[in-house]
Amino acid sequence: MIGRNDPLVRFREVQKTYDGESLVVKDLNLDIAPGEFLTLLGPSGSGKTTCLMMLAGFETVTYGTIYLGGGPINNLPPHKRGIGMVFQNYALFPHMTVGENLSFPLEARGAGKADVREKIGRALEAVQLGGYERRRPGQLSGGQQQRVALARALVFEPALVLMDEPLGALDKQLREHMQFEIKRIHESLGVTVVYVTHDQGEALTLSDRIAVLNNGVIQQIDAPADLYEKPKNAFVAQFIGENNRLRGHVRHMNGTSCRVELDNGQGEMQALAVNVSGSGAPTTLSLRPERVVIDPPPGSLPNRFEARVEELTYLGDHIRTRVNVCGTDQFIVKIPNAHGHASLKEGSTVTVGWEIDDCRALDT
Amino acid sequence: MTDAATTDAAPPANGPLTTADGRPLKSALARAERMRRVKAMLLVLPLLLFIGITFLSPIALMLFRSVDNPIVADNMPRTIAALEAWDDHGELPDEAAFAALTADLAEARRNRTIGRLATRLNYETGGLRSTVTRTGRRAQRLKAPFKEALIGLDGDWANPETWATIKRLGKRITGVNYLAAVDRRYDVDGNVVPQPEVRRIYIGNFIQTLWMSVIVTIACLALGFPVAYLLSILPLRYSNVLMILVLLPFWTSLLVRTTSWIVLLQTEGIINDILVWSGIISDDGRIQLIFNAEGTVIAMTHILLPFMILPLYSVMKTIPPIYMRAAASLGASRHYAFRRVYLPNTLPGIGAGCLLVFILAIGYYITPALVGGQDGMMISNFIAYHMQRSLNWGLAAALGAILLFGVLILYWVYSKLVGIERLKLG
Repeated sequence: MIGRNDPLVRFREVQKTYDGESLVVKDLNLDIAPGEFLTLLGPSGSGKTTCLMMLAGFETVTYGTIYLGGGPINNLPPHKRGIGMVFQNYALFPHMTVGENLSFPLEARGAGKADVREKIGRALEAVQLGGYERRRPGQLSGGQQQRVALARALVFEPALVLMDEPLGALDKQLREHMQFEIKRIHESLGVTVVYVTHDQGEALTLSDRIAVLNNGVIQQIDAPADLYEKPKNAFVAQFIGENNRLRGHVRHMNGTSCRVELDNGQGEMQALAVNVSGSGAPTTLSLRPERVVIDPPPGSLPNRFEARVEELTYLGDHIRTRVNVCGTDQFIVKIPNAHGHASLKEGSTVTVGWEIDDCRALDT
Repeated sequence: MTDAATTDAAPPANGPLTTADGRPLKSALARAERMRRVKAMLLVLPLLLFIGITFLSPIALMLFRSVDNPIVADNMPRTIAALEAWDDHGELPDEAAFAALTADLAEARRNRTIGRLATRLNYETGGLRSTVTRTGRRAQRLKAPFKEALIGLDGDWANPETWATIKRLGKRITGVNYLAAVDRRYDVDGNVVPQPEVRRIYIGNFIQTLWMSVIVTIACLALGFPVAYLLSILPLRYSNVLMILVLLPFWTSLLVRTTSWIVLLQTEGIINDILVWSGIISDDGRIQLIFNAEGTVIAMTHILLPFMILPLYSVMKTIPPIYMRAAASLGASRHYAFRRVYLPNTLPGIGAGCLLVFILAIGYYITPALVGGQDGMMISNFIAYHMQRSLNWGLAAALGAILLFGVLILYWVYSKLVGIERLKLG
C-alpha cells in the first residue's frame, strides 16, 4: 500500500515522439497524489491527450518511465492497468444494453453474477440513472450516455480514472451540470482523476490542480486560484482567463517590483517582477481586465493613465470596455454591472489605474 | 378574429385542424407537397419502367411458364374432350377417344406442330415421341374402327398409362414441372410417386448446390474477414493499394479468371507440378483438383470473395477504433474485446456478405459449367441445359422458380434473425 504522501502516478523524464523527428512531450515530470483531481489543460497539439494515452497504455513511452502505485507500467498492456477511462464520444457499446455495458468490465475480470448486479445497481445510482439497465445507449440523451460512460469507468472501482474531454460533445448547460456531477462523484468516491480539457472554465471549476501544457512542456502546475491570479509566464497568463498584454523593457529593479518602459515609448509603469532576469530585460506585462480601476482618486494608485473609450459591449453582468491607453487600443477593462458603476460614453476620455501587484512582469 | 388570434396555437377542441381559410390542414399539406412528389416520381419513372420490363416481367413469365402447359391442350382438343368422362382405372377408353386422337394427330401433322407435341409427351413417358410421330404419319389413311387400327399400329396405344398421360397433360395449368423438378411424377392412377432411380437427379443436385454454396460462403468469410479487417485499419495510402488488389478481379473477365484456374489446378498444372516437385505427392499420385466439385468450390470462392470483403469492410470502417480502446481500458484482453465487442458489431456485415455470396453461389452458372466437370454441376447448369438443349422450358422454369423461392425464404429467415434493415451492402 502506498502512503498518503506517495504519489499514485508518477511521470519521470517522459518523452514522446510519433515520427522520430519532433517531440510531442518533452521531458515531462509530474506527480499525482491519491484522491487528487488533476487537469491537463492546453491548446490542441500541446501533448495533453498524448500524456493521457501514455498513462492509459494506448501509446508507447519513447523515453522515461511512468509509475502507477509505485511500479513502472511502461510495458503493461492497457487491460492490465486497472485504470478507468471516459472518452469524449462516450464509446458505449451500441449492441449492449446499459446494464451489459456496465457488467462488461466486471465480467472481463470474472466477477460473480450476484456481485455484478449489485455493483451495477450502485454505479447507476451514483450517476442518478437507476432503472436504466435495459435501455440501449442509442435511446439515451447525450448527457445520459456520458453518465453511463462515467458509471462504466467507475463500476470496477479503479483507483484512477482518466477523462479525455468527456464533456466536449455536450451543450453548454448540460456541460455545466455534468461538471457539478463529476465533482460530486469525485468527492464522494475519493477516486483519483486525471482530466484532459482545452476548456479553462471547466478546468478551473473541477480541479484540485491544473497543469497547463504547451508544446509538450508543463508551463505551470498550480491550484486554480494561483494559476489565475499568479501566472508564472506570458503563455499561462494569456491562456487562462482574459489578459491585457503590454510589451516593454525593465528599466530599474526595486526589490520585488520593477519599473518598465513600454516598447512603443508611450509610458512607464510599476509592475511586480515575477519572471524577469533584471534590468534591461524584455518583458510582457500582464494585467487582468477586472483589476483595472476607472477614475481612481488621485494618489491612490501608483499606475495612472489617460484612456480614450473606444468601444462598449454590454454583457449583462459586466460591461466590457475597450480603451486606448499607452498607445494600445486593444486594452480591455471589465466594469461590473453594479449600482453606481461608471457610465462611460464611446469617445470620452477617462483615467484608469491599477496596483503594482496586479501588473505582473513576465517573460516574453 | 380577435380571440382566435391570441389562441391560434391551441387546436380547436372539436374537429381536425384547418388552415386560415377553413380547409382541412391535411389536404392543404398534400396539395402543397404534390408538385414535389410528382417531380420525384418522374425522376424515378425510367428506372421503374426499366426494372419492370427487364426484371419483373421475365420473372413473372418464368413463373407462369413453369405451370403453363398449352401444347397438348392446343393440339389435342378432341382427344381431351373425349377423355373427359374416362377415368383411368386400368381400362382403355372407348372408340370415340381413339377416333378423336386420330383426327387430332392428323391435324397436328398438317399444322407441323406434331414434333413439339411428341416431344412434350416424351418428357413424361419415354418412347412416346416415336409412337406419336409414327401414328401422325399414318393417321390420314386410318379407317374405323380406330381402336383396333391404332393398337395395330403401335402397342403403346393399348397401354392405359399412355392415355392417362395424355389426359393429365391436357390440363392447361399443371404442376408436373414442379414434380419433375423434385424427382416425382404421376403414376397411372394419378398418384405422386418418385421417379425411377436412374432418373432422380434434381433433388441430389439441389442438395449438392446448397452444400457447395455453404462451403463457398464459409471459405469466403474465413478468407475475407481478415482482409476486410486489414483494409479498415490500414492508413489510407496502404488500404487504397489493398483495395485495388481486392477489386482487381472485377476488372478481369470472368472467363479469363476461370480458365486460369484450369491452368493452375489441372492434373498437369502448376499446383500439382509444385507438389510433385517438392515431393509431397508422387508423380502418379497427382490430385484431381479441377473438373469436379473441389475445383468449382475453389474457383467460385475466388470469384465471389470481393462480394464478402466489400460489405464487411464497409461495416468495419464504421466501427470506431475507440470501442476496442474502451474495452481494453475496462480490462478486456484483445481476444475478449474482439469476441464481445468487435465481432458483434460486424454482424450486419457478416450477414450481408454471407447472404450475398450464398445467393450468388446457388445461382452460379459459368464457373461450374467450365470447371465443374460431371460432379461439380450446379442446379443452374441443369436449368441452362433445359433452356438450350432439351428445350423443356417448363422444367427449366420450375427449377428456376424453386431456386427463387429458396432465396426468398433465405431472405425471410435472415430478416427474422438479424433484421433486413441491418443489412449493409456498402
